[in-house]
Amino acid sequence: MTSILLAVVIGAAFGAVLDRIGATNPNWIGRMLNLTNLHLMKTILLAIGTGSVLMFGGQMLGLVDVGHMSVKTAYAGVFIGGLLLGAGWAASGYCPGTGLGAAAAGRKDAWFFIAGGLVGAAAYMVSYPMWKASGLLEGEKLTIGAVPGAKYDALTGLSGDLVGIVLGLIFVAVAFALPERLRGQEVAVPAE
Amino acid sequence: MPLNWKSGGLLLGLVFFAAVLLVKPIGVSTQFVIFDAMLGDLASPGLITETEEGYTSTNAYLAKSGGKYAKNAANPLNYSFVFVLAMMVGAFASAMLRGGVGADERRLPAIWRANFGDTPAKRYAVAFLGGFIVLYGARLAGGCTSGHMMSGMMQTAVSGYIFAAGAFAAAIPVAIMMYRQEA
Repeated sequence: MTSILLAVVIGAAFGAVLDRIGATNPNWIGRMLNLTNLHLMKTILLAIGTGSVLMFGGQMLGLVDVGHMSVKTAYAGVFIGGLLLGAGWAASGYCPGTGLGAAAAGRKDAWFFIAGGLVGAAAYMVSYPMWKASGLLEGEKLTIGAVPGAKYDALTGLSGDLVGIVLGLIFVAVAFALPERLRGQEVAVPAE
Repeated sequence: MPLNWKSGGLLLGLVFFAAVLLVKPIGVSTQFVIFDAMLGDLASPGLITETEEGYTSTNAYLAKSGGKYAKNAANPLNYSFVFVLAMMVGAFASAMLRGGVGADERRLPAIWRANFGDTPAKRYAVAFLGGFIVLYGARLAGGCTSGHMMSGMMQTAVSGYIFAAGAFAAAIPVAIMMYRQEA
């Protein structure tokens, strides 16, 4: 029951924040992905960096349970799946979480995204044996550094906590460094 | 206008952190599978069955990993599924508090209108197709932007960086090609 209550509180907070930062708006996603307004990218990079620093710092201080980590397996299909998701994300302006949030916010097209998503997930469920047989699902659960107390293998012998904090700070720095726009119309510079 | 990126980024980061601190990292796309399984079991009872060891399914994907998906579909009142429903409620509440999404936007996003005109049928078809590709890809990858990109990279998971590389490698060219006109 505590678990359900936490799901309600954290889930609602997540949905509200996604909406508030513009992630449930396909216009902002489109602008991020076509590199004309990186607001959303800066926001998300800052969020990931902040989360990393807090989580790994918390683990070092013994305040965060390492057992709460959940690292996914790395395998070739992750990249292929990323390509597919990327194409669909750009075309529709939605990803699973933001599509659900957008539908709840009243966007009609988001409901079509969800319907397509349910069919897509079902299609994967049916075709799973094929992927399994291909060997593209084989891999390991890896973190970049060795996280003390975690059950995951590490890519390097570096301290997982320190790597997490340093990478977190790098994400924050990149968030600050990224310009608002990377391509598209520029303000005309008057001839000197 | 959305929250500026500094406030928004910190807030989102705090939510990511709260999830890990209190329960586990955020993930979303699995719940599409759970919902599919619930519908599937309704339409075809016997898709999910209870055994002495737990739950299993005639579908290999639902049956894998000790039948954890089959189990969650049989018991949807669990953290992960409730989380996603609550996420929708949260997004709805936030939208209402800021005045809601305008009628024009509810029908078609400005970026679509600027590039393809007033063509709702086409937009809905693209959204559906996009949803199909996104969720198929997410399940192949074992996660999506929430689970892999956000939660994964936050944890320095190698899988998260691999996924993000693939996602942006495809998303950026597609967005540039499809949405040349700014909204």
